[in-house]
Amino acid sequence: MTSVLPLNAQLINLLAAILLLLAFAMLTQRRVISLVNLFAAQGLALAISTAIVAFGTRQPHLYASAGLTLLLKVALLPWLLHRLIRKLDVKWDVEGLINVPTTMLIGIVLVVFSFNLAYPISQLASTVTRATLGIAMASVMLSFLMMITRRKALPQVIGFLAMENGLFFAATSATYGMPMVVELGIALDVLVGMLILGVFFFQIREQFDSLDLKHLEKLKEGE
Amino acid sequence: MLELVAVLGFPLVGAALLALIGERRQASVVNVAVSLLTFLAAVALTLRVIVDGPLLVLDRQFFVDSFNVFLVALTAFVGLTTAIFSRPYMQIEQEHGRLTVGRLRLYHSMYQLFNCTMLVALLTNNMGILWVAMEAATLTTVLLVSLYRTPASLEAAWKYFILCGVGIAQALFGTILLYFAAEQVLGAGGGALLWTELDRVKGNLEPTVLSIAFVFLLVGYGTKVGLVPLHNWLPDAHAEGPTPVSAVLSGLLLNVALYAVVRCKVLVEGSLHSSFASQLMMGFGLLSVVVAALLLSRQKDVKRLFAYSSIEHMGIITFAFGMGGAIANFAALLHMTVHSLTKSAIFFAVGHAAQMSGTQVMDEIRGLIMTSPLLGWGLVLGTLAILGMPPFGVFASEFLILITAMREQPWATPFLLAALGLAFAAVFSRVQAMVFGEATSQRLPLRPAMLPVFMHLVLVLMLGLWIPPFLADWYRQAARLIG
Repeated sequence: MTSVLPLNAQLINLLAAILLLLAFAMLTQRRVISLVNLFAAQGLALAISTAIVAFGTRQPHLYASAGLTLLLKVALLPWLLHRLIRKLDVKWDVEGLINVPTTMLIGIVLVVFSFNLAYPISQLASTVTRATLGIAMASVMLSFLMMITRRKALPQVIGFLAMENGLFFAATSATYGMPMVVELGIALDVLVGMLILGVFFFQIREQFDSLDLKHLEKLKEGE
Repeated sequence: MLELVAVLGFPLVGAALLALIGERRQASVVNVAVSLLTFLAAVALTLRVIVDGPLLVLDRQFFVDSFNVFLVALTAFVGLTTAIFSRPYMQIEQEHGRLTVGRLRLYHSMYQLFNCTMLVALLTNNMGILWVAMEAATLTTVLLVSLYRTPASLEAAWKYFILCGVGIAQALFGTILLYFAAEQVLGAGGGALLWTELDRVKGNLEPTVLSIAFVFLLVGYGTKVGLVPLHNWLPDAHAEGPTPVSAVLSGLLLNVALYAVVRCKVLVEGSLHSSFASQLMMGFGLLSVVVAALLLSRQKDVKRLFAYSSIEHMGIITFAFGMGGAIANFAALLHMTVHSLTKSAIFFAVGHAAQMSGTQVMDEIRGLIMTSPLLGWGLVLGTLAILGMPPFGVFASEFLILITAMREQPWATPFLLAALGLAFAAVFSRVQAMVFGEATSQRLPLRPAMLPVFMHLVLVLMLGLWIPPFLADWYRQAARLIG
């Protein structure tokens, strides 16, 4: 493995690294509008890497799924999010209260953990992309961390969508993608989920005059 | 084949139809009619499976065997009775000014769509589609939980969406790993996620990958089952949503999620040849039983009380499936059926009780039996049934689970017994106070729907005394299948 990897494998590794970097960037980004852009960039990296895998392995259905990613995660979802931000007028929202150094440190621990967990699995994989499974898992974990640390509704949702990106990347790197029916179903779920959330945000705003989740902490266990 | 298309088609068409005409007065009748058609189709499908045996149709994408067919029948049945119940219930809510007509349209349409997603999840043979349907079931109910648009209901819906969304994302990762393991045996493509194919080759699936996959699948679908410590969304969603939604969440959705876990367990068990999956399920199950029983006594809201009781019962069922073996599986399947029937009956009664008293706070609900004897008795009997009193069906299944536990997992029995005792003390004293005593409640503008309550209770009573031979046969076959 120390010898030169084929070009497409190198490119995929590069894109995987970018993906991870973007996940870290999202973890610490406080401005909601930049978060959406980072999310779109992550989608783009995902689409390109899927297309490269498709080219390298001649799996026609992967082209379709790369196209789907491009359409959904680079165009449609960011567009919806931007529209939502405009309509809700939260364009300049800045989130305080994230402890960047601690979050980063926890993030690094999560990455190490993911690589360890992914190692036995990627040993069994026969795909050219198997080395990236750890990165995929790490970006899932980082998005998860992002959801935990955020106190506002929109960043939490973006974290949720980024988690789906990581899962999608895991599917491509371990198995060259799930069967097409399943991928279409997942894409549909994500899209419908986003639309429902759009409606939901307006309900929250109407009720509380803000999208801060501190209003949503009244229900307690055992009462 | 035709029956299967009908089972899935009626609620789907119904959802579209109700989205168009949901504002009319007759919409609730249409809702009942669609549910009735779905139920009849489910009965036809059931008869077909009894006569012809397991069914594998539509390019192997749908699979019906004795395990899922009874859940399909149960889902369609409770879907029907809940639709009957929701007719007067939602009308009263509207007259109390909690709902507008537009929201009723959303409610009716989403109710049918929710039924459709659950039926797809039960009938599909594809583990990927199972995931898609489970996620869709969450999405259709988020807006139902927040139907009243109160601060508390919005919070409940948000929690529900985020927690179940994150949970189900774990399940997706588990599914990816499952596909990864299967692909090496079955080759790439659609076949590698079909449960029937996976079941055929489960002995050759890579054990390491499958054990990691199972952890993710159990955590993921377990969130939807409401297993402790992933249960946080459940009491909130049950308490703040409209009562018919609480009834179908508790009675049906939890079952469907547990069904997904059990399907996965069969595969993992076959691959691992160890008790890893069983132990994990027993652990989660027992923890849920104990924690829920402890939290029961601290509840003030009547719907939260019964939501915690659902967590407890789901824990019992998960524990029983974890133990495995013919008797425990039989008991778990029976318990799934009777819990679903009893709990939805209780929610029907509780919903009307809350409407009469204008509150869900238990201390302020008094003397139900004075205002409406039928409702009062319905609640008392339902509560006795859910607490495992003979001669109701819950007693039979809990008894079977307990004696199996004494024989096979003696360490767990004291925990189970203590939890059941605690639950009895907590729930019964509360319900007694609500039902008897001086009346504070008022009459409802419409006659409450008591027929569904007693229909369910009669069925539960029957299952406690006599299980029809065909049903016992299914349970036995399914129990053998689960292993």
